[in-house]
Amino acid sequence: MKRHLLEAADLDRADATLVLDTAAQIESALAGREVKKLPTLRGRTVVNLFYEDSTRTRISFELAAKRLSADVINFSAKGSSVSKGESLKDTALTLEAMGSDAIVVRHPSSGAPHRLAGWVRGSVVNAGDGTHEHPTQALLDAYTIRRRLGRLDGVRVAVVGDVLHSRVARSNVWLLSTLGAEVTLVAPPTLLPVGVGSWPVQVSYDLDAVLPKADVVMMLRVQLERMNASFFPSAREYSRRYGLDALRLAALGDEAVVMHPGPMNRGMEIAADVADSVRSTIVEQVANGVSVRMAVLYLLLGGASS
Amino acid sequence: MAGSPAPVPENASTVLLGAADVARVVDRIAHQVIEKAGDALPDVVLVGIPTRGAPLARRLAGRVAAFAGTAVDVGTVDITLYRDDLRTRGVRALEDTVLPADGIDGRLVVLVDDVLFSGRSVRAALDALRDLGRPRAVQLAVLVDRGHRELPIRADYVGKNVPTSRAQKVRVHLAETDGADEVLVVGQ
Repeated sequence: MKRHLLEAADLDRADATLVLDTAAQIESALAGREVKKLPTLRGRTVVNLFYEDSTRTRISFELAAKRLSADVINFSAKGSSVSKGESLKDTALTLEAMGSDAIVVRHPSSGAPHRLAGWVRGSVVNAGDGTHEHPTQALLDAYTIRRRLGRLDGVRVAVVGDVLHSRVARSNVWLLSTLGAEVTLVAPPTLLPVGVGSWPVQVSYDLDAVLPKADVVMMLRVQLERMNASFFPSAREYSRRYGLDALRLAALGDEAVVMHPGPMNRGMEIAADVADSVRSTIVEQVANGVSVRMAVLYLLLGGASS
Repeated sequence: MAGSPAPVPENASTVLLGAADVARVVDRIAHQVIEKAGDALPDVVLVGIPTRGAPLARRLAGRVAAFAGTAVDVGTVDITLYRDDLRTRGVRALEDTVLPADGIDGRLVVLVDDVLFSGRSVRAALDALRDLGRPRAVQLAVLVDRGHRELPIRADYVGKNVPTSRAQKVRVHLAETDGADEVLVVGQ
């Protein structure tokens, strides 16, 4: 493993598989135990540096670090010196001077974790940067697929919705294709990024045509906060063409699963009864997120400090 | 080897135990476990420390069953996440931790490892066991004790005591992991 986890595109097949295998081992080691805590990272300090609100990801990283006995500092930009104008670099150097071994960073600007990695000696984990990447989400998605279906090679994954703004989609495209899955992006043309033709994916505008062939349907959240232009005529129309409802669920194969990175807009991209169906892995994804992030922290921080 | 006239190259290896010796040693430890456990034999859980402690524990269980007619439980406990030298030695792939379905509470756990050296692996295994349950007692069985302890840890069952220098390495090969049974001392 490299020192940082900045993007899923960085991970080769061996590294990605190592993370998934390590997560599986950690999960089985902790299963059924009263003490769900390991001493592995005792004395190490992990900083959660969050410039964007994200309760779910922050708690997941916090729990992962705490289960490995690391000290955790949660730093949210709101109410900190950042609101007084401190730059990312100065914040990072301050945290490093305080002895942080790893910085888990979420930032609204794409590429911020890359810059950060150039300034600090510790490890940097990208917990979502702008519309760029969210590698640990992709790892936990891959882990969830592997657990449910038993494999990733040749698995057909449909990623549906707002690909344009979705770092989850980007990370999943790179990671899943590295691991041998076949990805199809399904979205209205307005919500596909420029240059998607060069990605290792197929593209479709027709959800109903893709569903019967899919082993996994990964629904993306419609990012209402980023809908600052007319990407689609109305929420109802979007939901009718790209929403996953009970009728469309029935078109899926027997083994197929439904995923969603959360938080969901129930009734928009996914119907409530679909989200709660046995096909849905949404709650599992959350639990798997902790194991996968433990694996990432162990692999980045367990090694010799440099 | 003793009496060799030519200077021994630094990476020369001496065979300490051959396949027949390893089998004999495992048999002896199995007898000792049976004798020491007495009536408590059904409570014994042989817990191997990966990598080579795991097949050793399974072999011991097989011999105990053959000699005493009592099947004993076998498990493995991966100690990687409990090591205190991760900072200096780097990460390694994790291995399985498998315990009997009804756990180790109140039972007699015999930790099994191939080589006893600094004692740090055993300390890590004791820490791991503490998180997994509360055995009535924990004993330690090793194929080779090579000395150089850094912690106050002593084995209850020792296949062979081997005085070594710190520069030497003890290599244990087992049929399950390496194709053949053999214990070598490498270096001088």
